[in-house]
Amino acid sequence: MTEEHAHLVPYKTFLLIWVALLVLTVITVAAAQFDFGALNIWIALGIATLKSSLVVAIFMHMKYEQWLFKLALLAALAILAIFIGLTFFDVLYR
Amino acid sequence: MSETTPTAVDRGFFGEANYPGILGWIFSTDHKRIGLLYFWCIVVFFSVGVLLGLLIRLELFAPGETIMTAQTYNAAFTLHGVIMIFLFIIPGIPAAFGNLIMPIQLGARDVAFPKLNLMSWWLYVIGAALALTSLFTGGGPPDTGWTFYVPFSAQTSTNVSLAAVAVFILGFSSILTGLNFVTTIHRLRAEGMTWMRIPLFTWSLYATAWIQILATPVIGITVALLFVERIVGTGLFDPTQGGDPIMFQHLFWIYSHPAVYIMILPGMGVVSDIIPVFARKPAFGYKAIVVSSLAIAFAGSLVWAHHMYTSGMSDMAVLVFSFLTFIVAIPSAIKVFNWLATLYQGSILLDPPLLYALSFILLFTIGGLTGLVLGAAATDVHVHDTYFVVGHFHFVMFGGTGMAFFAAMHYWLPKIYGRMYDKVVATVAWGVILIGFCVLYISMKVVGMQGMPRRYYDYIPEFTGINQLATVGSWILAFGLLLMFVNLFRGIFKGEPFGSNPWGGATLEWQVPSPPPTENFDDDPVVTHGPYDYKKAGIL
Ligand code: HEM
Repeated sequence: MTEEHAHLVPYKTFLLIWVALLVLTVITVAAAQFDFGALNIWIALGIATLKSSLVVAIFMHMKYEQWLFKLALLAALAILAIFIGLTFFDVLYR
Repeated sequence: MSETTPTAVDRGFFGEANYPGILGWIFSTDHKRIGLLYFWCIVVFFSVGVLLGLLIRLELFAPGETIMTAQTYNAAFTLHGVIMIFLFIIPGIPAAFGNLIMPIQLGARDVAFPKLNLMSWWLYVIGAALALTSLFTGGGPPDTGWTFYVPFSAQTSTNVSLAAVAVFILGFSSILTGLNFVTTIHRLRAEGMTWMRIPLFTWSLYATAWIQILATPVIGITVALLFVERIVGTGLFDPTQGGDPIMFQHLFWIYSHPAVYIMILPGMGVVSDIIPVFARKPAFGYKAIVVSSLAIAFAGSLVWAHHMYTSGMSDMAVLVFSFLTFIVAIPSAIKVFNWLATLYQGSILLDPPLLYALSFILLFTIGGLTGLVLGAAATDVHVHDTYFVVGHFHFVMFGGTGMAFFAAMHYWLPKIYGRMYDKVVATVAWGVILIGFCVLYISMKVVGMQGMPRRYYDYIPEFTGINQLATVGSWILAFGLLLMFVNLFRGIFKGEPFGSNPWGGATLEWQVPSPPPTENFDDDPVVTHGPYDYKKAGIL
């Protein structure tokens, strides 16, 4: 564990990620001005996923953690996906 | 079992506290003390719940208003449901007996995070206190039923908000216990305690703990959303604002269906541990029981919408969830067959723990089979929200987990206190409970089949006879419960001392003195045989 905690992320990386997050926010707002039909939701969700991945990987240091933590995160996400996916059997076919 | 019977009981962990008096309990990090704290709280809440159940039955003794108004009745069954679910049956076996027994079964000195364990108990008590406060403050006791369905729960003027906060806090208690148990089972097993030597009770707690960790956050989210819906009117569940009331039911059952496996799996674990001991045979199909626990935990998480066939959700969802529901019946049946195969040709000792375990199998199987009537969408639409459902879930929860809790009390409490109850009285009480139970709940199933809806304080005169039968059943049941508790508590405080291994079990908790010393083992144990290997343990 100690090696991971000793890992120092340079300020430059933090700044870059912050800028990237801002740019992605601008893109979200911009994309909302147009109607892409069924793609609307996918575009919005895609950008949101990208942003949260950046936050989790860099700001929350997941990128530098051991595999067990990554696995735990992935398992939680997979379970969330199953719950939401099964709910869509209702919402999509109503 | 060749040891001599002692005449006095060494006080074990009862004799060593860090603080004087009650402080030595409520600030103790010893898993056994925390287990007993849970146990006594749970027994108190169970008694209150039973009292409410009796009052509900009394109201239903005759059509029309009998002893309470409609509004009081609504509050009574809500409170009965909330207490029984969140304060008795969910924490029941894992928090009380899991804490008392699981670390010893693994050969550990305590759970992995003793302080967190104490905090779980405090959260439980705080949550329970808030739930009780909600009765006397705000707009009066909640009247939504334990399911808190919107739109009613978002609109009623009763104190639903505080009850939601209480459930939120109780959820945290459950999550922390789950985390603690998973870590303990992974990290604190004694030397030689391989995964395939873990007693089945502890295995069942392992499967349960994972559901507690993964599913419980969802109920937290659900009641939090209900809370903001009530306070600021977010409109998430309100169709006039673009919300979806059925979404609440999805969220609620995404937790609450897995929660029924949080309730039943530890009960199955208790039974799996008791049957081999009293059949004097190794558990038949140990691996199949382990795998089926994990399979139930997994598959049981995917069937929640079978509570919602008549809610107006899509036909596609009805089809998919009905199919998935039938899959869960398979691992449950695997367990029942394995228990029966363990009993087959055993040298059976009909002691009270086995009797309660056997009634678990009987009542759980009846409850499970009536569950299939509800799991099949075509039959469910006819009996949905009738007394058939009330009969069904009392069979699985009370007949299942409740009986397993009683079995665990008769099996392990003498171990913890070092004194034995009167076995004859315990057996009589068991018989009375079983008779009262069947009269009460079979009547409910029948009247449900005839069409009596649940959650009504009134009914048509045609249903009078069978409702009176059910109420008489509730009196028989209550008498049996009283007899059982009085005998048990008299026994563990005043009964005969009996040494360390009254039943001849081969798992580790029977190898330490009764009551166990503070850190369970003087020297770290080394495990050399499986949990039901009575020959190698020198018992047979
Ligand atoms: C002497 C024991 C008991 C009696 C007489 C009893 C009686 C009843 C009755 C008559 C109802 C239906 C109320 C209605 O729908 O109008 C009910 C509901 C319920 N009972 Fe019990 N019960 C007992 C024990 C238990 C136990 C041990 C549990 C849990 C393990 C339990 C859990 C529930 C739940 C969750 C409900 C549903 C409440 C709701 O509709 O929101 N009961 N009980």
